[in-house]
Amino acid sequence: MKFIDEYQDNKLAKGLVYKIAQYSTKTITLMEFCGGHTHAILRYGIRRLVPKTVEMKSGPGCPVCVTATADLDKAIALAHLPDVIITTFGDMIRVPGSYSSLQQAKAEGADVRIVYSTIDAVEIAKANPGKSVIFIGIGFETTAPTIAASILKAQREKIENFSVLPLNKLTPPVIKALLDSGEIKLDGIIGPGHVSVIIGSHLYEFIPRDYGVACVISGFEPIDILLCIDKLAEQIEKSEHKVEIAYSRGVKPEGNVKARQLMEDVFEVGDANWRGIGIVPQSGLKVRGKYERFDADKAFPVRLKPPREPKGCRCGDIIRGVATPPECKLFGEVCTPQNPVGPCMVSSEGACAAYYQYGTHENSQGT
Amino acid sequence: MGESILLAHGSGGKLSHELVEKKFLPFLANPALNKLDDSAVFEASGRLAFTTDSYVVNPIFFPGGDIGKLAVCGTVNDLAMNGARPLYLSLSAIIEEGFLLSELEQIVQSVKKAAEEAEVSIIAGDTKVVNRGQADKLFITTSGVGIISPGVDISGANARVGDKVLLSGTIGDHGIAIMSQREGLKFFMALESDCAPLNKLVSQILEVSPSVHCLRDPTRGGLATTLNELAWQSKVGIVIEEAKIPVREEVKAACELLGLDPIYVANEGKMVTIVDPADANKVLARMKENNYGRDAAIIGEVTDEHPGKVVMKTKLGPSRIVDMLSGELLPRIC
Repeated sequence: MKFIDEYQDNKLAKGLVYKIAQYSTKTITLMEFCGGHTHAILRYGIRRLVPKTVEMKSGPGCPVCVTATADLDKAIALAHLPDVIITTFGDMIRVPGSYSSLQQAKAEGADVRIVYSTIDAVEIAKANPGKSVIFIGIGFETTAPTIAASILKAQREKIENFSVLPLNKLTPPVIKALLDSGEIKLDGIIGPGHVSVIIGSHLYEFIPRDYGVACVISGFEPIDILLCIDKLAEQIEKSEHKVEIAYSRGVKPEGNVKARQLMEDVFEVGDANWRGIGIVPQSGLKVRGKYERFDADKAFPVRLKPPREPKGCRCGDIIRGVATPPECKLFGEVCTPQNPVGPCMVSSEGACAAYYQYGTHENSQGT
Repeated sequence: MGESILLAHGSGGKLSHELVEKKFLPFLANPALNKLDDSAVFEASGRLAFTTDSYVVNPIFFPGGDIGKLAVCGTVNDLAMNGARPLYLSLSAIIEEGFLLSELEQIVQSVKKAAEEAEVSIIAGDTKVVNRGQADKLFITTSGVGIISPGVDISGANARVGDKVLLSGTIGDHGIAIMSQREGLKFFMALESDCAPLNKLVSQILEVSPSVHCLRDPTRGGLATTLNELAWQSKVGIVIEEAKIPVREEVKAACELLGLDPIYVANEGKMVTIVDPADANKVLARMKENNYGRDAAIIGEVTDEHPGKVVMKTKLGPSRIVDMLSGELLPRIC
């Protein structure tokens, strides 16, 4: 139960900031992919700690935020089907869809339950044999193995009334899509920590090789992030772009082989619809044919009205790193954590929620 | 399976009487309650404080307490936070059909124990039984009356610029202890809820500093929410230092794991005290003498900058706004 204070040490932080300042002779733009990083960066005031030459942007790494409105509408439609229990990670229930939310559906009588683990969803299915239990399978490579494990458990224990709405997304393809779009110019990427625990570091090799962008995988403590920025600044200054791990206590180059095997057994790669980005080829996970009966997409076809995005909401731009939350006109005025308009304000990993919660008192629009 | 609560226990008939006589009276007996009249009659004079709260905690038994202890401590603390000496409580239980009588007895026993420690009597009560599924095992509502000594004027609106902000001990113990037991999130942790009556700690503080400005127990919403309430009510700013806030290693570890910030996690036996700077060290020393205040610390002060807002100097140096908790405290997904 140790090694927390060590990663929040003031002296170490000052040393790293000094080092970063030494390296950064020119302005560099970095993007943290992961919403967990966005929160840590704002929570510890890292943006104001690093030299002004280091510009930081937030990326698409928030599972709830990148879920397409159409997919959310589908989850809500499923919730309204008779004898269905929807199980989901907590943040998801508050996200407004085109016409409603899971929370609203729940208030209207749908059975929507928050679970902390996919295995609990299977247990709910076991305990409710007369109902169909659907798990809303969101997240990146971090949640995918546990969702795969839930399907395998259901199969092993012959639980026929359990299924997953497969919405899992993959990190490397969307980083590629962002770099290809040309909308933002990046010098370095703060690589996702927890995702990389699963997939390792090899899958990011294309970033320095094809785009000349530095990539350093980071942990979530302030010292981890400063160490990562230090390594990025050094790479960029020396023009020696490569993939590095600044989170070696969590990430191995080959990742977690067992978890990856689970994922590959249950899922195959397919196109995915990302909020704000659109369809990104080969960036999502679909349930393989042999597990088809656990695929809610196949088992429960629903007719949906065309999706519509909330008026004025810039979540899409924020997810792509094109805009920062305060640049959205709704931020802090119309859109707050109490009354979120878009997903980035709902999720505990969303950029808007982080900006709102940890705004400095000079520029905060909070209460 | 032992004996369970039946709907008939709530019918008002024979079983209802038996329930009160066998499961409540033997533990909570006192002259006012024993009369079993429609209302309890008592003498009091002076300024009185009155409060009420409902308890629906899940799970009802948790490390360091249960819903019974919580129902007494919560209401006792609400009275104490206005500087009142708690005198009498009422207790109303809504019980789900099928609830085990043995568990009910266990809970009433912890009500007794907590009431004894806080030196309050339960002088009025009620029980209702609802159909299975209409309540989650057991809900308890307690109301309380306390008396405020002359000269004591404690309110969330009384913080003044220059005052010191004290915290009576480690934060997040209750919330994390509860979360560690919750279905689907069970993890092993040798951590107990801090659930405790704070009225004696309050009266000891008042002995050394009768002019304490604010007291508040940071329950749901945690320290961050309480400080925001005080800043807003008093129309002042509050500045705290993250490094000075006491947090147990276990709580830090659990918060790291779940992606939570301990300043938003619930407490049930802690209080924030705002006092004149001249009294701060005296109050701190007195707090530390009490078991429930042994980890107390001065964590910040009241300022005329940014009225209504709380700013925290982070461990790494930069300051940031500390907002109230919005929505529910949920573990991160990724």
